[in-house]
Amino acid sequence: MRVMSQMAMVMNLDKCIGCHTCSVTCKQVWTNRSGAEHVWFNNVETRPGQGYPRTYEDQEKWKGGWTLTKRGRLKLKAGGRLKNLMTIFAAPNMPGIKDYYEPWTYDYDNLTTAPAQKHMPVARPKSLLTGQDTKITWSSNWDDDLAGSTQNTHNDPILKQVGDKIKFEYEQTFMFYLPRICEHCLNPSCVSSCPTGAIYKREEDGIVLVDQDRCRGWRQCVGGCPYKKMYFNHKTGKVEKCTFCYPRIEIGQPTICSETCVGRLRYLGLMLYDADKVLEAASTTDEHGLYEAQRNVFLDPRDPEVIREARLAGIPDDWVEAAQRSPIWALINEFKVALPLHPEYRTMPMVWYIPPLSPVVDAVGETGEDPEHQGNLFAAIDKLRIPIEYLAGLFTAGDTVPVDRVLRKLAAMRSYMRDINMGREPDESIAASVGMTGQQVQDMYRLLAIAKYEERYVIPAAHYEDAHKLENIATECSLDVEGGPGMGGMGGMDDSFGSDPGGGGPDVPGRPEGVRINLLNWNGQGTPTGLFPGTPPATGGTP
Amino acid sequence: MNNGWEVFLWLIFPYICLTVFVLGHIWRYRYDKFGWTSRSSQMYESSILRWANPMFHFGILAVFLGHVMGLGIPKTWTDAVGISDGAYHFMAISVGAVAGVFTIVGFIGLLYRRRFTKAVMGATTVMDKIMYLVLGIVIVGGLVNTASGVVGHYNYREGVSVWFRSIFYFNPQPELMVGAPLSFQFHAIAAIALFALWPFTRLVHVFTAPVGYLFRPYVLYRSRDAHEGSRAHRRGWDKVDTIPRRPK
Repeated sequence: MRVMSQMAMVMNLDKCIGCHTCSVTCKQVWTNRSGAEHVWFNNVETRPGQGYPRTYEDQEKWKGGWTLTKRGRLKLKAGGRLKNLMTIFAAPNMPGIKDYYEPWTYDYDNLTTAPAQKHMPVARPKSLLTGQDTKITWSSNWDDDLAGSTQNTHNDPILKQVGDKIKFEYEQTFMFYLPRICEHCLNPSCVSSCPTGAIYKREEDGIVLVDQDRCRGWRQCVGGCPYKKMYFNHKTGKVEKCTFCYPRIEIGQPTICSETCVGRLRYLGLMLYDADKVLEAASTTDEHGLYEAQRNVFLDPRDPEVIREARLAGIPDDWVEAAQRSPIWALINEFKVALPLHPEYRTMPMVWYIPPLSPVVDAVGETGEDPEHQGNLFAAIDKLRIPIEYLAGLFTAGDTVPVDRVLRKLAAMRSYMRDINMGREPDESIAASVGMTGQQVQDMYRLLAIAKYEERYVIPAAHYEDAHKLENIATECSLDVEGGPGMGGMGGMDDSFGSDPGGGGPDVPGRPEGVRINLLNWNGQGTPTGLFPGTPPATGGTP
Repeated sequence: MNNGWEVFLWLIFPYICLTVFVLGHIWRYRYDKFGWTSRSSQMYESSILRWANPMFHFGILAVFLGHVMGLGIPKTWTDAVGISDGAYHFMAISVGAVAGVFTIVGFIGLLYRRRFTKAVMGATTVMDKIMYLVLGIVIVGGLVNTASGVVGHYNYREGVSVWFRSIFYFNPQPELMVGAPLSFQFHAIAAIALFALWPFTRLVHVFTAPVGYLFRPYVLYRSRDAHEGSRAHRRGWDKVDTIPRRPK
């Protein structure tokens, strides 16, 4: 046994509203640079849909990930080492800029410098590659919310597997969002296809990074990653990827995408795993067995033997303790509701998903039946094969059994908790029908529905010693002032978060309560009451 | 040794360029690792690149091996193993011609896409253009020499090659080049100039050809850098403190 620790993420797709806040904040933090216009470390795809870059899941075309040889050995789908080096001069499976989109800006200058004319001047779109007029025909979320689905969605590779059963008539449409970041795989094919060895997996937390000083721009990793989360920066000639916000993770803060997630659907935590078993698990012959195989690679952080081995492997005690509290462990191995994205790529991805029940709930609701009744939901799960086959195509290599089981658990949780919310006796048979106890259902409900900040993000700080005392700058909402639009404050967040890490500090003199100053009414003479803090107020008491 | 010009061209100039070549690479590797890349433009255009780039690169690799043979291995050695002059030249010229044609066709393809694909042209630097010019001259000159081998009588293995090796023995014999045909002189001077340019162009990627890939494990692990955030500022890296600090 060789214990290693891995920072992992689970996303609860039922809660994703497709607002793209994660994508925007991620881009602002990491990739708002020239050369990285098409680089979205985090993107949110509408499914069914082609994804980003277009049809990236079609591995017969893009040749990403691993495949098994006839003798059952793991091999990069793009070919062996020699072929990799021989194709270095023209990477064979690399998406072109058009598979992402041609980056553009607008000629804003024209708005102010155009001569007086009859018509309003316009800001024409200009290509950022050529500087010339361009026609915008595609971008990262062109098919958002099924836009243009009749023309585009038939290209969805997963949909092709499901077959022609789905018609894109509006009344039959089902849809959900899939936020994606780098999977930080246990068996990463990007690392394995990098000729230079510039990409590496960090020993401490399993985060996969590109050494920008060593990357030589051979671009084999771009084709090698089946999730297409390696991005070639066309200005620097180097590859960039999602960093799992490692500078934040190291000081115990969640990634930017998690921090800013409006739906609070992301969970972060440690997973301990047996590095000696990864290769064997990834070589599982039956694709349907890959999900279980990967689950078996994970180690129970409460097992005394695992704890002992972890210590021998140099994993600090507070990390083991964090692994025990990890929401990821609970969702993957205790409640078993989280599933990996495309296990059939054999990279052992470490960003998992709780499949959405909402397409099923919506379908029941539309029939006029009670969408929270267990019987109705179970019947619908049985009947609504198309969404379930589609989900299976994403999360279990097409095996509907685990998806079915997860959706039943989620349905049972709804029904069970409804009784409690309505003040009725909870029906233990509902919990029993999915092999759980009432207490387990309630625990799962707590984790999925109301888990607070520190329950969703269990991140042990790296042992820089004192690094966690670094002040976290600009994480608070600037509108979050008394009476301001963001007055809700930190919501469910831990009160200690975002507050002065030094603790205490001198009291800042405040404005008297109830006094508001309207500077527009101020004639500029004298000092309005309460303009400056600390001046004795004319009205009202001392704060 | 009679003419100062000749001494400069065949003795001083080569040593200057080789010094620049060596020191330039050391400097570049130490101070600009971030810029050490082939700066691929495959994203912009791949239909021409797909055939032209492998053609050029495999061609030039063969050309390089040919030069190792022709310049590096003394005639006495091949004589010793019993390869006749005729056999040697037949091989050198035929293989050299094929490699040369591959190289130049690929080169023309690459030049075409660079000039006429707007995005690629936009990503071309002044240094790129100078490099392409010199590289083109070297390649054309080399092809002319190969062709002249069919009709001419000059045996470079008794002239140019000996001079080339003499530079590295630090016992230079510039007089050997004075007698060489003009096309050989021209090719040699252009090549020497290219070596001086080399460390300052994208050509540096040659020296990080990833042959180690054949021998390493697939998945690499690396320990977290203990000094992250506290190392000196390097090219290509944004400074961390973009938030202006308040004066105390």
